[in-house]
Amino acid sequence: MIFLTIGTHEPFDRLIRAVDDWCAARGTGGQVFGQITDPKPGAYRPQHFDWVARLSPQEYDRRFAAAGLIVSHAGMGSILTALHHATPIVVMPRRGHLRETRNDHQFTTVRMLGNRPGIYVAEDETHLGPVMDRALADADALRAEPISAFADASFTDALRAFLTGQPSDRK
Amino acid sequence: MPPLCRGPFLTKPIRIIAVASAGGHWVQLMRLRAAWEGCEITYVTTDPGLEAVLRQEAAAQGLPAPAFRIIVEGNRWQKTRLLRQLLQILMLMLWIRPDAVISTGAAPGYFALRFGKLVGARTVWIDSVANADELSLSGRKVRKYADRWLTQWPHLAGQDGPEFLGSVL
Repeated sequence: MIFLTIGTHEPFDRLIRAVDDWCAARGTGGQVFGQITDPKPGAYRPQHFDWVARLSPQEYDRRFAAAGLIVSHAGMGSILTALHHATPIVVMPRRGHLRETRNDHQFTTVRMLGNRPGIYVAEDETHLGPVMDRALADADALRAEPISAFADASFTDALRAFLTGQPSDRK
Repeated sequence: MPPLCRGPFLTKPIRIIAVASAGGHWVQLMRLRAAWEGCEITYVTTDPGLEAVLRQEAAAQGLPAPAFRIIVEGNRWQKTRLLRQLLQILMLMLWIRPDAVISTGAAPGYFALRFGKLVGARTVWIDSVANADELSLSGRKVRKYADRWLTQWPHLAGQDGPEFLGSVL
């Protein structure tokens, strides 16, 4: 199953439409399920795959864990969760100048993290279909190692020392 | 057994409030949980459905469910909701009187650090790993109220802050 998620807050029609077009072209709509936030009146509604506006966090986790491929905006929640499950993820960044988010931070995210194994970057909607094809072809061969559910202990130990009021090496 | 988390002379448990809006900020907060394991933790977020996830995880480890409070969701364009969020967080701080407050963002974290300072808590801001070009708006605004003001990208750290101590990734 391919799970499409566009984040918690804002619409992302450009990605939803590109996935819908990919489903139409490949006849693969039956493999895709999407969480696409509340579509505003006039927003694009997928014609070729099943979707809901919103899943509960538990249902979201279940769908995410069961998926063989994630397709997502380049949000850190989706990326971290995909790395944790070692599920390949295709990300397409929201763009600031298209008002899909407040600035181009997602564009920077794909620049910084796009080389990690298991992360596939579609720079825009014209690249999405081919990148999905490539990710699916790779999916079994290139399954990455899952990352831990927790941040590095050196980081959480430093935070713990401060939170609990232990003397620290702060200058 | 979780590690002990008590104040001087092991008298009373340390009270911590951990705040993040639902979504990526929350996912990052969860990756830092070891930092307050064993402490008297209260989670504050914007999606009521996250409580079930926390309960399930605690039950799986044989631990009691952590305290969990919901606040209204609001962003910078929703002034009334933001005001309600501010008041809810102020009430929580006055009620719980935490020893420390930690947040990964966004708007609720700003309010939490601000009012956390008001009640004498130690405060930590961890700007989202999504912000690799510049700190978030709430991250920039929260500076005055953050005892530890952290970025997750070494290249954004500077002499006068923010500091880099590590990343959730």
